Amino acid sequence: MSANVSNETLLSVDNLHVEFATYGGIVQAVRGVSFSVETGQTLAIVGESGCGKSVSMQAVMGLIPMPPGRIRQGSAKLRGQDFLGKTHIDGKAICGDEIGMIFQDPMSSLNPTMRIGDQIAETLEVHRGYSRSQAFARAIELLELVKIPEAEKRARQYPFEFSGGMLQRAMIAMAIACKPSVLIADEPTTALDVTIQAQILDLLKEIQQETGMAIILITHDLAVVARMADKVAVMYAGQIVESASVDDLFYKSAHPYTLGLKLAMPSNRSDAANQLQPIPGSPPDLFSPPAGCAYCARCPWAMQVCQGDNPPPFVVGDRHYARCWLQHPQNERDIDGLYRVPAEQVADGPSGSAKGSTV
Amino acid sequence: MTELVKLDRLTKYFDIGRGQRVHAVDGISFAIHEGETLGLVGESGSGKSTLGKTLLGLHDKTSGTLTYRDEVLPARYRSADFQRLAHKMQMIFQDPYSSLNPRMTVGEIIAEGLRGKPMTGAQKQALVSEWLERVGLNAAHASRYPHEFSGGQRQRIGIARALIMEPEFVVCDEPISALDVSVQAQVVNLLNDLKTSMGLTMLFIAHDLSMVRYISDRMAVMYLGSLVEIGKASDVYFAPRHPYTEVLIASNPEPDPSTERQRASTAIQGEIPSPVNVPAGCRFAGRCPKVMPVCQQQTPQLIPLADEDRLVACHLYSQ
Repeated sequence: MSANVSNETLLSVDNLHVEFATYGGIVQAVRGVSFSVETGQTLAIVGESGCGKSVSMQAVMGLIPMPPGRIRQGSAKLRGQDFLGKTHIDGKAICGDEIGMIFQDPMSSLNPTMRIGDQIAETLEVHRGYSRSQAFARAIELLELVKIPEAEKRARQYPFEFSGGMLQRAMIAMAIACKPSVLIADEPTTALDVTIQAQILDLLKEIQQETGMAIILITHDLAVVARMADKVAVMYAGQIVESASVDDLFYKSAHPYTLGLKLAMPSNRSDAANQLQPIPGSPPDLFSPPAGCAYCARCPWAMQVCQGDNPPPFVVGDRHYARCWLQHPQNERDIDGLYRVPAEQVADGPSGSAKGSTV
Repeated sequence: MTELVKLDRLTKYFDIGRGQRVHAVDGISFAIHEGETLGLVGESGSGKSTLGKTLLGLHDKTSGTLTYRDEVLPARYRSADFQRLAHKMQMIFQDPYSSLNPRMTVGEIIAEGLRGKPMTGAQKQALVSEWLERVGLNAAHASRYPHEFSGGQRQRIGIARALIMEPEFVVCDEPISALDVSVQAQVVNLLNDLKTSMGLTMLFIAHDLSMVRYISDRMAVMYLGSLVEIGKASDVYFAPRHPYTEVLIASNPEPDPSTERQRASTAIQGEIPSPVNVPAGCRFAGRCPKVMPVCQQQTPQLIPLADEDRLVACHLYSQ
């Protein structure tokens, strides 16, 4: 939990639909995703490759080439102002100024023909109107801030002279150069070793505590989520299937997919199962997403209703939602390991389906 | 237990010009027992993949010996050696995208190792079908091309290609790191099942410490070309002795928020140094939180710990 969590909703995305026109037809990559993040908070978006987690964030940032991409529906608001499809808000650029972004592969996201310091300085020249020398001096300060030793010398080097971990630090320096209110980190440590991963995650947390920026962390690694997140959204086949605080998600998993992911990962806790349980099959084809629940074909507890109707997000706790028919108040089936709202709370609590609810 | 593969001061240097050499694998000695899975971990650049490839003759050895059963393997393989040893040792590669030839059908890829075997075409086809089924694919997939498959399915093709030779020893070089979590478990369980049914011995190279602990009987830890610790996987994971192993395991996050909240921040600063000019003495001395004066001068040797089936290369444990 971050030190300075206030209740101000900073960024909220509502009912986002993104699709891509391809030769094979239209891919419905994101199908109605809603989430929000507050100042000083870390939201993790978890899912397997192809679930739409990166595409959602790229759509918000305006980084999707259109065509072939298209935002069919939805809104994205920063402090209440809708900016989806715009590049600026109140004269400030969304991309790079209000929202910073770091990517998975720092080697291919940096320009190999530019010195590191110049690449960081460029952001400041474009968004803040710094002069070249001012910007370069600030770039050196930023490299020191992200703990790159000999920053002055390093600023004059090229990306190939940096290791993977150092490049990721340089990327972070670039992303925070304009003091963004939101930082989107797309798999920031996937390409790194565990020791370097720990360093980068700590660095992100430190910067967050100093600046109060919100972080949206896109990852497939539940261990990284456990370490970093305040709240979590689990995505599957273009939809958020479960969203909750980090503790609720891990200790009160309410969607079979979340449970499946947990059981498929080796755990070193003494009470962990000693046999991994893989999720059979693979995610559905998003050219023609299934009419019902997208996870239905892989779900061990799929019912008749799951095939025909896509479940709405059911409330299972405080800001805890799961898109699963097993969470329907009239369902009487209990599944071992799957969290259910206790029966007495269903009777008098404001439970049931909540359409269009956000995280 | 019988020692199936034995390394004695195995060394692999790469010349990079100007008289400089990369010390990728530097005098490593250990044995892999018949029927076990030995996990090999370490950061990128520690030499673990080079070690795996050197074991199979994909790299020539610079010095040291490698014994397979009672046979000392040649330092440099000729094509007859590859032909002969392909029936004993095989490899499963990391990247299921670049390790399959996109212009060959899956059937051709899997059957390629059978070339030269006294079998008819129909027999080979039947064997390929059998193996496709064994790795969880469909016999009809033999006529398709690699691009028609997902990452997990391609890794299964790679497994079938290696195991159709019925080897005794398999090197798995990061076989799951390119796969999604749910698919990783599928592939790991498949490897485990095949290992049991075929009585395989495996060297499982990976950087995912939790997965290595899960799949391995014993675990070996490499740092900058040298072996720092080897022992029972759960002992090494839960009670690491070498300071580097401690750091590595302390950095490994756990999918459990309450454990993570209690975790101290960054276990170690700095990065693995270049393997070109390796420091004298202990290679970890520059980053070691428990460094002593002796570490800068003397290279620690692997020594057995009392009452434990474990070897550690650290001056903390030498009297």
